[in-house]
Amino acid sequence: MFPKPIHRSAAHWQVFYQGMLPLVMILWLLPLIAVAIFSIKPAVDFTNGNYWGWPSSFEAVENYGKVFFASDMPQYLLNSIYITIPTVIGAVALSCMTGFALGVYKFKGNLLIFFFFVAGNFVPFQILMVPVRTLTLDMGLYNTKTGLVLFHIAFQTGFCTLFMRNFIRALPFELVEAARVEGVAEWRIFWFVVLPLVRPAIAALSVLVFTFIWNDYFWAIVLTQGVENTPVTSGITSFNGQYRAAYHLMSAGSIVAALPPVMMFFAMQKHFIAGLTLGSVK
Amino acid sequence: MSATTQHIKAKPLWNKQKLMPWLFLMPGILFFAIYVIFPIFQSFNISFYKWSGLGEPKYIGLKNYVKLFGDRAFEISLWNNLKWLVLYLLAIPTGLAIALFLNQTVTGIRLYKSLFFFPFVISQVVVGLVFTWFYDPTFGLLNTILTSLGFAPLNVLGDPTLVTYGIILAGLWPQTAYCMILYLTGLNTVDPDQVEAARLDGAKGLRMLWYIILPQLRPATFIAFVVTVIGALRSFDLVSIMTNGGPFGSSRVLSFYMFEKALSEYGFRMGYGAAIAVVLFAIMMVFIVYFLRAMYKQESEPR
Repeated sequence: MFPKPIHRSAAHWQVFYQGMLPLVMILWLLPLIAVAIFSIKPAVDFTNGNYWGWPSSFEAVENYGKVFFASDMPQYLLNSIYITIPTVIGAVALSCMTGFALGVYKFKGNLLIFFFFVAGNFVPFQILMVPVRTLTLDMGLYNTKTGLVLFHIAFQTGFCTLFMRNFIRALPFELVEAARVEGVAEWRIFWFVVLPLVRPAIAALSVLVFTFIWNDYFWAIVLTQGVENTPVTSGITSFNGQYRAAYHLMSAGSIVAALPPVMMFFAMQKHFIAGLTLGSVK
Repeated sequence: MSATTQHIKAKPLWNKQKLMPWLFLMPGILFFAIYVIFPIFQSFNISFYKWSGLGEPKYIGLKNYVKLFGDRAFEISLWNNLKWLVLYLLAIPTGLAIALFLNQTVTGIRLYKSLFFFPFVISQVVVGLVFTWFYDPTFGLLNTILTSLGFAPLNVLGDPTLVTYGIILAGLWPQTAYCMILYLTGLNTVDPDQVEAARLDGAKGLRMLWYIILPQLRPATFIAFVVTVIGALRSFDLVSIMTNGGPFGSSRVLSFYMFEKALSEYGFRMGYGAAIAVVLFAIMMVFIVYFLRAMYKQESEPR
């Protein structure tokens, strides 16, 4: 193990290390901690210039209550959910199929198609912006959740295919061959042999895509506007416009907007990290 | 070929190896082609036109590109992109340093690792807001700390010479967290026998890191490099949230400038925007090709 395990060091080093850990962590998260503190302060602290002093009262319930019951935030959150969940389902479903095709079959053009998915996944959004916006307008889907979902599914399919195909290729191929010898139809091999085996990949992709889509801002402002359909990332900017200089509310709003992927991460940490680090370990 | 062999071959053709992959690929390819592949070519095409998004586009050849050369704002954006690209790479060594710091087995270390990873999970919009307030000249934590230490206060986001660095720093925060997690996972797979053997040979500290550990972390470094370069060239959210390109357009990057031009409040300029996007795409393509080549080499190895 590298570096040397701390419990093999002298006692004073161990104490030093244990002391450093929380210190460095607080330093690392300082900007976030600051916002968390802001979000429980009363408005009067800001008008009095008491930014960093002890809060004159604790108003967490009041501030967060306002965010949830007196602003458009719940609608934005709902929009985000309606955009994120179908995208996760769609992209994972499509990539299970593409991953299966590219991971199991040998045919001409296999690698070429795979590389198209991989390359497309890395292009800058701006090269897609004008045509995708025009297409969405032409289909009458501008400023709808469906329009946003369709694009997200398509784009995420690139990354998901990369992931799925590599995962399926690493599976023991003998299982597929054995099933073929038994005369099992190909689609049944997909459904009954391969799909049960890729469950960990499905879990990893689901949390990752959830986070990517929840946090998307660019396509949200390109394809939607207004309270009806816009997700929470672009909603928060109008929220902030509404509560200009009300830092306690803007802070609370930001924390609410950031929370769902954070909860997702803590709930499914193992899968999340497995997804992010794919390919970095062999 | 005789009729009988043809008959035998014809049946599995429908059911098995030949057609099946295409059936499975169809929906994915369809979506991806319509929303990703075709639009790339369409953008190339649009960049030869003058188009407000309404009415007929007017063909103007290479005029949009010629205009880019004399465009001061484009030049600033390009330079800023270069700054992003170079400075963003700091996330890799910093991420490694934090990973080394956290690669221990004391109680509670798992929670610490998660908390260090935190910034990557929250959206860039929130990161942008958080850092905007952190830098705020009247109440920001940065200036509160600076003045209490006796330094002059800084208006990071209001100063054209500082602003881009300020935004990059905000971007480095989640990106470092990402690199850290890549290295933490990589460190798990480092061969303990090699480390022990090197230790017996008297290797330690930086020498051990350089000669024994880093070579084993190469896959992690590769991924870290790829995601960091792409992250740097994709930077949009932070610029949009923190400064909206200002002050005086000094913090624009190509992705932001393109958006600004194409969907400007003063009339859409889709053609010009597309030309900017093509330049950005060309820069990105260098790295995409490099990445694909590395992947191709890996694929050529027997599995």
